[in-house]
Amino acid sequence: MTGYIGRRLLSSIPTLILISMVVFGILALAPGDPLGQFAANPDIPPEVRMNIRHQLGLDQPVPVRYVKWATAFLHGDWGYSFASRVPADRLILQRLPTDLWVIGSSYLVAVALAIPIGVLSAVKQYSLLDQVATTFAFIGFSLPTFFTGVLFIIIFSVRLHWLPFIYNAQLTDPVAMLKQAVMPVGVLALFNSAALMRFVRSSMLDNVGQDYVRTARAKGLAHRKVIMRHVLRNGLIPVVTLLALGVPAIFIGAIVTEQIFRVPGIGSLLISSIQNSDTPVVMAITFVYAILVVLFNIMADVLYGLLDPRIRYG
Amino acid sequence: MALGVSAAGISSVLDAAVPQSARAAAAGRGASGVLKLLYWQAPTILNPHLAQGTKDFHASHVVCESLMSVDAAGKFTPVLAANVPSRENGQVAADGKSVIYKLKRGVRWADGRPFTSDDVVFTYQFIANKQTGATTYGSYVNVAKVEPVDPSTVKITFNAPTPAWYLPFVGTLGMILPRHALDAYIGSNSRNAPFNLKSFGTGPYMVDSFRPGDLVVYKMNPYYRDPNKPAFSEVQLKGGGDATSAARAVFETGEYDYAWNLQVEWPVLQHMMGEGKGQLAVGPSNGVEQIYCNMTDPNKTIDGQRSSAKAPHPFLSDVKVRQALALAVDTETMAKQLYGLEGDATPNVLTIPTSLASKNTKIVFDIAKANQLLDEAGWQKGPDGIRQKGGVKMQMTYQTSVNSLRQKEQEIVKAGWQQLGAATTLKSVDAGVFFSSSPGNDDTYAHFYTDVEMFQSTYSSPFPAQYMGRFYSGDPAKDLAQKENDWSGLNIPRWVDKQYNTWYDQSQVELDPKKNAGLWIQMNDRVVGQGVSIPLIDRRIVSSRANNLEVGPNMSPFDDETWNIADWTRKG
Repeated sequence: MTGYIGRRLLSSIPTLILISMVVFGILALAPGDPLGQFAANPDIPPEVRMNIRHQLGLDQPVPVRYVKWATAFLHGDWGYSFASRVPADRLILQRLPTDLWVIGSSYLVAVALAIPIGVLSAVKQYSLLDQVATTFAFIGFSLPTFFTGVLFIIIFSVRLHWLPFIYNAQLTDPVAMLKQAVMPVGVLALFNSAALMRFVRSSMLDNVGQDYVRTARAKGLAHRKVIMRHVLRNGLIPVVTLLALGVPAIFIGAIVTEQIFRVPGIGSLLISSIQNSDTPVVMAITFVYAILVVLFNIMADVLYGLLDPRIRYG
Repeated sequence: MALGVSAAGISSVLDAAVPQSARAAAAGRGASGVLKLLYWQAPTILNPHLAQGTKDFHASHVVCESLMSVDAAGKFTPVLAANVPSRENGQVAADGKSVIYKLKRGVRWADGRPFTSDDVVFTYQFIANKQTGATTYGSYVNVAKVEPVDPSTVKITFNAPTPAWYLPFVGTLGMILPRHALDAYIGSNSRNAPFNLKSFGTGPYMVDSFRPGDLVVYKMNPYYRDPNKPAFSEVQLKGGGDATSAARAVFETGEYDYAWNLQVEWPVLQHMMGEGKGQLAVGPSNGVEQIYCNMTDPNKTIDGQRSSAKAPHPFLSDVKVRQALALAVDTETMAKQLYGLEGDATPNVLTIPTSLASKNTKIVFDIAKANQLLDEAGWQKGPDGIRQKGGVKMQMTYQTSVNSLRQKEQEIVKAGWQQLGAATTLKSVDAGVFFSSSPGNDDTYAHFYTDVEMFQSTYSSPFPAQYMGRFYSGDPAKDLAQKENDWSGLNIPRWVDKQYNTWYDQSQVELDPKKNAGLWIQMNDRVVGQGVSIPLIDRRIVSSRANNLEVGPNMSPFDDETWNIADWTRKG
């Protein structure tokens, strides 16, 4: 097993290098300018603009900039934000708790909803409950978050005045913290649980018809025990993979939802950095994301082996 | 972090000496609670001279102050200055070579240290060092030296006599920095100063905590000079999101007290205001949305560039064509339908300071006259309804930035030009690209690879030299935007006009204020009369405030909306 993990880790290094080159290249080719805001303001003379470009190192050729970035990155220096001069890793760490709290709890809520509902609608296939759950699932993942987000705001903030729609990450009052998290968590949970629920349902249905289930029933096990102990355990194996692959998203935030509710997570940092052509921050976020995706892919494979004795890695 | 340590040390030493303002806290100071400001762009740096955009200036102006503020009419209000310098009181030299500022006495920085003329000197040194990369540099190029006369008097000497003695240290670009916090950070080290993230000044508040790109929390400056101010004990400035939902947070849910720059279409804004929770804070004017005509041919490549000064435009170089195009734009309709209170139709390119707005021009929308002009100029309608002359068809590409308001403006303009027999292709470029200064991108406004283009220039000084430099060509190699200068020349229409240049040169040295104003007005009339630029809308900055928030005269095109935040109060 250790050998397997080691080999997987080694083979992911070239992938990551390639990813970093592609992302850097795209960012360098992309139009835009960290000083874009000033361009239409004639009060900033061209020489000042050139000077700042030089200070930020933007006047060097792209390959030179890439090598400089890569060497620094290997030494643990992720670069400074062009906009604020704060180290990119500090900016990311500053926003991580918000993401863990908002995106993390939306993920937990989604799982807590999706697994029981998915199991129930598989067990009672075509029942009223299954029909209702299926309808909601389709609504859930066919409505984009930017739509449900605004809808929630109009209903709960503008009409009912129940919840605030502008997130403040520095609140300390637990009630206020909960209140402001309800809508973003709700929007994300709705979206995630819909897809997850359908996945649980079909995975359960796959297993319900299997021979081992018939054997278990033939042994005289109670229906409940058959479902919980046998079908569910096998049915959840692919679900675990799906969940593991979704974890990196918790660290990187939900770009659209964060924008709507002004949640200061990493997703909104990414968007504003892209808009300001703040290359070091964009690089840091996308690269961290790439690393997490690669790692959790490996982890999903390993978990799969642990959960399912039929799969063995040599 | 050295800053935090020294600041704490000093304040404890001075505590015994100067708790005057803190002691008098009884009256109004801090009585109004928390003030919440909402900006749809988030501040990323709080040093006003390294600011990267309007939001950074506004966020810095909560803590730092300028010597004076200036309003749309060009009227000055002393802030750190004790009075307004003038020729009459002898502080502005008769030869236009220097100005003397008397500073308010007894002012202290938020860490308790005294504010003196030396800080003004330092601020100049900080900006003038090219390695610092100060984004406010443009207002200080004519300054030869800044020297202290005594601790509360400072003298600014200029390189050349200038009528614009009020460029340095006034308004947005003139905030004063504390020497003791930044002395070690002049030059290329400037961006590493802890001050940039935790700035303090002589203003009513100081930064308590700052999350770049998200939230600034300010607390009261214990040494602020007025014992009854500020009214709010804490200010929160939240950034990010979009303008429409920012308006919603003030007008509909009342979560925020103030939302900045609501670039929202008028009907949408009007609808939200119906909730009755807030009101508009409307600035007098903020620069003119206008259509620039390209004097050069965007379809011919010469020396590796299109729109080369060597290739005159096939029809826009004809003044009658330009005048006809200007006559066929229905700006009144545009203003009424799209802008409402957010802007007025204008016949001028120069509208602020209001004392420089020309009264010789008027808004004319006259399709018949425009057609007549084109007939006279020899442009005949072809079988396809498009005018042509000598094999050249009157076909244009008209570009601007992506913005739903601008796209609607384009439609209105296009409809008018269609009635003249001019065919227009509309083009819109992402704002991040259009307004960028990258020499490698053909779609920037400065490359101007189309026949006409539309945008609004804002400018932060009541002396419009840089702004009107758009039409100046004293040194074509430097002034005209072109490949050779990486398209950094200000003159984007590539218009060359001797008469304009003469007036412009005079305006830089004419010391008599009346005569100087007359020159700017003549220049405006020339640009408009020649149809080099077609002025459309005099846009106002529109922000919103909660009904119970009093903000005073905070809207000025030359200063930040937070410049008078010490005077903001909550009613009832």
